[in-house]
Amino acid sequence: MSSVPRFWRSLGSRYNLEGTRCKECGEHFYPPRNFCVNCRRVGHIEPYRFKGTGEIISYTVIHTAAEGFEDLAPYTLAIIQLDEGPRLTSQVIGDPEKIHIGMRVRSVFRKLGEDGEGGMIYYGTKFVPEDA
Amino acid sequence: MTIGIVSYGAYVPRYRIKVEEIARVWGDNADALKSGLMVYEKSVPDIDEDAATIAVEAARYAMARSGADPERIGAVYTGSESHPYAVKPTSTIVAQAIGATPNMTAADFEFACKAGTAAVQACMGLVSSGMIDLGMAIGADVSQGAPGDALEYTAAAGGVACLIGRNESEIAAIIEDTYSFTTDTPDFWRREGMPYPEHGGRFTGEPGYFKHVTNGAKGLMEKLGTKPTDYDYAVFHQPNGKFPTKAAKTLGFTRAQIAPGLVVPKIGNTYSGSCLMGIAATLDQAKPGDRIFATAFGSGAGSDAFSITVTDRIEEIRNRAPTVSELIKNPVYIDYARYAKHKGKIRRS
Amino acid sequence: MQDTPNIRVKSAGHENGVKNMRDVAIIGVKNTKFGELWGKSLRDIVVEAGAGALADAGVGGKEIDALYVGNMSGGRFIDQEHIGALIADYSGLSKNLHVPATRVEAACASGGLALRQAIMAVASGYNDIVIAAGAEKMTDVGSEEASSALAAAADREWEGMAGATFPGIYAMIARLHMHRYGTTSEQLAEVAVKNHKNGSLNPIAQYKNKITVDDVLKSIMVADPLHIFDCSPITDGASALVLAPADIAHKYTDTPIYIKATAQASDTIALHDRRDITTLDATVVAAKRAYSMAKLRPEDIDLVEVHDCFTIAEICAIEDLGFAEKGKGGIVTANGETAIGGRIPVNTSGGLKACGHPVGATGIKQAVEIVTQLRGEAGKRQVEGAEYGMTHNVGGSGATAVVHIFSRER
Repeated sequence: MSSVPRFWRSLGSRYNLEGTRCKECGEHFYPPRNFCVNCRRVGHIEPYRFKGTGEIISYTVIHTAAEGFEDLAPYTLAIIQLDEGPRLTSQVIGDPEKIHIGMRVRSVFRKLGEDGEGGMIYYGTKFVPEDA
Repeated sequence: MTIGIVSYGAYVPRYRIKVEEIARVWGDNADALKSGLMVYEKSVPDIDEDAATIAVEAARYAMARSGADPERIGAVYTGSESHPYAVKPTSTIVAQAIGATPNMTAADFEFACKAGTAAVQACMGLVSSGMIDLGMAIGADVSQGAPGDALEYTAAAGGVACLIGRNESEIAAIIEDTYSFTTDTPDFWRREGMPYPEHGGRFTGEPGYFKHVTNGAKGLMEKLGTKPTDYDYAVFHQPNGKFPTKAAKTLGFTRAQIAPGLVVPKIGNTYSGSCLMGIAATLDQAKPGDRIFATAFGSGAGSDAFSITVTDRIEEIRNRAPTVSELIKNPVYIDYARYAKHKGKIRRS
Repeated sequence: MQDTPNIRVKSAGHENGVKNMRDVAIIGVKNTKFGELWGKSLRDIVVEAGAGALADAGVGGKEIDALYVGNMSGGRFIDQEHIGALIADYSGLSKNLHVPATRVEAACASGGLALRQAIMAVASGYNDIVIAAGAEKMTDVGSEEASSALAAAADREWEGMAGATFPGIYAMIARLHMHRYGTTSEQLAEVAVKNHKNGSLNPIAQYKNKITVDDVLKSIMVADPLHIFDCSPITDGASALVLAPADIAHKYTDTPIYIKATAQASDTIALHDRRDITTLDATVVAAKRAYSMAKLRPEDIDLVEVHDCFTIAEICAIEDLGFAEKGKGGIVTANGETAIGGRIPVNTSGGLKACGHPVGATGIKQAVEIVTQLRGEAGKRQVEGAEYGMTHNVGGSGATAVVHIFSRER
């Protein structure tokens, strides 16, 4: 994942859950989309910042970690539906025994990864149980 | 003009390691350590936490408490001795994460444990001069203690953010004045590139902590014409529980005055966040009109003393974000092996 | 959320019979051995498959009009792109014959998509004799690098950066499938058990050992609830087919097998953007388009090769292709309905799980298996009296699906 410009472009989305919405059909998009998937050319996209609360739709506990995530294993990965509608994939921090489908979560700021000891550090959003 | 703390926010990671557990590994006497240090356990960052993530969480809580528009923030200064980058500021990460960019200035501070209060003073200057409207000052650390060293028992993780402003209706705690006492004293340091700090052992006591804290505190009280009995609370830099207790006694403050702010026994020394954490814990339960005397200390060495008066506004804002006791109430205890993994003390390849 | 996917049958253009399109037949097939082929390079295995298919068809190099090859990630595995050109060169088709060669990529559906491109080239009349091949050489890098390369089939920015792995993504499908429909880990394991049993009968399969449900459940957890035995392996291998217009197929073989349908559909790349996480809409839509083109229904299909990159993927596949009601895939499998001799044999080749999954080759291998079965040449794996067979090849977690239907009679 080593690309400074690519990460920088998505900084707002990763740090602050900045996404978009279409004024024509009212659909929210996170990650942000510049092109409404419903309206396409007749859509009208504007920025939208998500509150960061939502619920877990499905999850897994990953034991064989993705490259660069070995130190975190085992970690919980989930598909979370934000209250405004869109779904995203993110880690959920907390006791795996307590994590369940339908659990309410909120966003927190964490390190997503880094490019080795000398490289860039990637920060972004993960989730914790709402009452944590 | 009046300047003061418009808002504040704290953050402490949820993992803890007990003094007994560290002592078990190094063959030390846990009971002696606990009573000698007045520290029972310390906070440990999660693997994906660092001084920047802690600074952001604390700053976000400060913004939530105040409800202020982040675009009014003209400066963000983060003080730490464990900035994630040696070159590339933590403060810009925080500024982006709280929506304060781009019309603002930023820089990082370092002065051992008083980098956070130094940042507060800088914000005070910019605000009172009219150069900026609001300033965010943060002290945050994921401090490292060398394995087996005395400091390993207390070097902890945490951070506090203070939003400084001059709008009287917004100020929750007026900072009446500040005074600093600074000398070049090598009591504790870390060279560039070295993983762990070194320190002068007992030298860090009298010539370090006590000289600067005492002179800093006396200097401010002289300047203001105040005495310990004029204050409801006192906060001193808390590298352990013993030092601030002794400093308080020497200066004439009582145990009761320092009690609400003394968090180090439960979470350890949060370094740049240490004195500010005590101030935050005190503000969490102070009443309007209460007066707080705070003195931070940073090795190297220097002290920053503050005289603070709480206003009515504290009751409006206090419960809009977690208090220090709420933040530290459900810790997750880990063993030394896990602690070493979290702190990057295990060499991988 | 809608209950059913949007099916734009019109875009397939096939429901009324394709205008001016010729029927296409397969006249030659070949699989290399699938496994960790340390001694063979990508060039070696592709030539072996291609030359083998041509020999099977009785076709010479000079007769080849075009080559389509499916390969997911030459770049990540062997630092090589321009795979079409490379393979044409090493197959002796470029220096003197200058045969047009195209590499097709759709992650794990690269092979199926290469077949589709080849079919369209013949059906349209542009070409007569066309090779559709697929190959992947995955073991020249370590398994972590290989897993990382495979994860590029997912959404790198918004799944990868969050720490998602390929098994992790399918595990979330499994978790919800279990939560909603009561599918069990044992039922997932039955998929692997059946496929290993079939693999034990397939000479080219990577794994010929039989396993039990217990073996699966005791194997290490990769991403809860998927154990290592729920996951298809890292494999080297290549497969090739020779296609010809149906009208002239009998010149080459007594057993031409006919393409009754080719269909393809796309869906969102990230799992979290799907309409329903437990349904691969791309599969449902591609299948509907294929049935429509072939004028057949699921009950007419005698056997099917589905994309079992993970056991849950086979369960969803048999549901989404219409062989089981949604949510009942686990029960149908546990009942033995998908075994050889069952109602609808699935993955007689051993599937991706036991036969192996050299990514680009899989879609072609599936077709090789169906052709072999419809020819009656499948030996111990033979499904008796098979008339119609289907292949189902998926890219990523369901962003691409390619479905083909084959028949013994024209």
